[in-house]
Amino acid sequence: MDAGIQIDNLSKSYDDVHALKNINLDIKAGELFGIIGPDGAGKTTLFRLLATLLLPDSGKLRLCETDVVDQYKVIRNLLGYMPGKFSLYQDLSVIENLEFFARVFNTRIADNMDMIHDIWVQIEPFKDRLAGKLSGGMKQKLALCCALIHQPKVLLLDEPTTGVDAVSRNEFWQMLKGLKSKGITIVVATPYMDEANMCERVALIQEGEILQVNSPAEIVDQFGKDLYAIKSDDNYQSLLDLREFDHTESVFLFGQSLHYTDVRNDFLIDEIEDYLKNKGRLQLEIEKIKPGIEDCFMALSVKSDQHE
Amino acid sequence: MNKDVKVIRVKNLYKKFGDFTANDNLSFEVSKGEIFGFLGANGAGKTTAIKILCGLSYPSSGEISVAGFDVYKERELLKRNIGYMSQKFSLYEDLTVYENIRFYGGIYGMTKQEIDTKTNGLLDQLDLQHSRNKRISSLPLGWKQKLAFSVAIFHNPEIVFLDEPTGGVDPVTRRQFWDLIYEASRAGITIFVTTHYMDEAEYCDRVSIMVDGRVEALDTPTKLKEQFNALDMDQVFLSLARKAKNVE
Repeated sequence: MDAGIQIDNLSKSYDDVHALKNINLDIKAGELFGIIGPDGAGKTTLFRLLATLLLPDSGKLRLCETDVVDQYKVIRNLLGYMPGKFSLYQDLSVIENLEFFARVFNTRIADNMDMIHDIWVQIEPFKDRLAGKLSGGMKQKLALCCALIHQPKVLLLDEPTTGVDAVSRNEFWQMLKGLKSKGITIVVATPYMDEANMCERVALIQEGEILQVNSPAEIVDQFGKDLYAIKSDDNYQSLLDLREFDHTESVFLFGQSLHYTDVRNDFLIDEIEDYLKNKGRLQLEIEKIKPGIEDCFMALSVKSDQHE
Repeated sequence: MNKDVKVIRVKNLYKKFGDFTANDNLSFEVSKGEIFGFLGANGAGKTTAIKILCGLSYPSSGEISVAGFDVYKERELLKRNIGYMSQKFSLYEDLTVYENIRFYGGIYGMTKQEIDTKTNGLLDQLDLQHSRNKRISSLPLGWKQKLAFSVAIFHNPEIVFLDEPTGGVDPVTRRQFWDLIYEASRAGITIFVTTHYMDEAEYCDRVSIMVDGRVEALDTPTKLKEQFNALDMDQVFLSLARKAKNVE
């Protein structure tokens, strides 16, 4: 069986809110695939449709060569789903939760230990603690074990790293890489643009539409403009001044510098430097840099706004 | 920023829950108009400290004043002189834009006339005049967040506490939000902000990083990067937070 996912012309509305607008997506078997977009983009709706929890208004969804709507009972055995909101039983212990999910799928923990072993050893010391009393990171690991206990072919993770600090986020992605090596197809939604680089391919999604699907490297290659990082003694003042500059295409705060693109293809950096010097900026440093996923996302989302 | 005026003074703050020390001898000061980043891994003790600074929880010991008011004896005055906003709780979804402004203005003791006069200016500034009578639940998240921030500083507080204000917001809106933060800071409002986005740590005048209930680092982003020999704040944060024992 091919554990890929095919989504054709998928739409879903809630009253007059168009959560997904004619989505097409082809996720390959064994791929670590990211759905990257802000809150309200339609990520959770897409996951609920894939998890057989919602019905589409129109379009086709296939997972493991099986129709998601017609054969939802088959699908439920094939996929593991971790919702964005912690959905385990808070008043059962860690081990009771895991046993419960194993039994629901008519299997036993012992038969599936190889699948969850690396994650399980991290929470096993707390196995008699109530799930509701676990810390955020531990809850997340338990939820992942419960989603994996029936050896699914496809794993759907809806924002597993939201609200999680940078250290735990890093660890979580390492766990996913371990799972990928077991051949599971993994689809992860995240609002963190930097996590795109952890995936083989990503779909950038905003307001129910897919802006682009590609590998992170190719998305960056297609940025199509020279991008400059500009630092000075007062980045915010530079930002305000560059917004008034005649040749600015885009300028955004970006960590310790500003990211700038120019409407012209040919120009001298000195011109920008002189402009900002005249505005009183000191310690100016301007260099051409490689764009990141977040630069691309912002450029694409601005473009899509202009089309509307 | 006015470095001569300190709006937050924390000296030897301890907060204990039984034998667990959530805040372990915190000492720091924040200047008027400063953008102060308050960072730490989940479980490091940030929320505990913020509750104390907002007058919602008593410290176990220490000398702490906020906006010139003592956190033991002048809690009600303190609360009137601060603003608070978080991603989790900000505006009432089933009230309209105007009703929310009216409600918060009223809570902070503003007269109806003051509220009405200022409301028009605010709605113009946010380009929300057309949504004045719409319920909050019908607004896109980005607008809600911007409005929530503006409402939190509507009564012109000395300090505004922002607890992960930009979580889940798209990258363009996240930056528009920081425009509002800079504007408020230039108007003399002190900003006390927590975030999980390390690029936002770079936008702060100074950043403190908590590990296991203690402030392990406190300086400007530039100096912290020098001190930890790091390329960006992400690396600074990771090198400190990895040492934590109270990992969630």
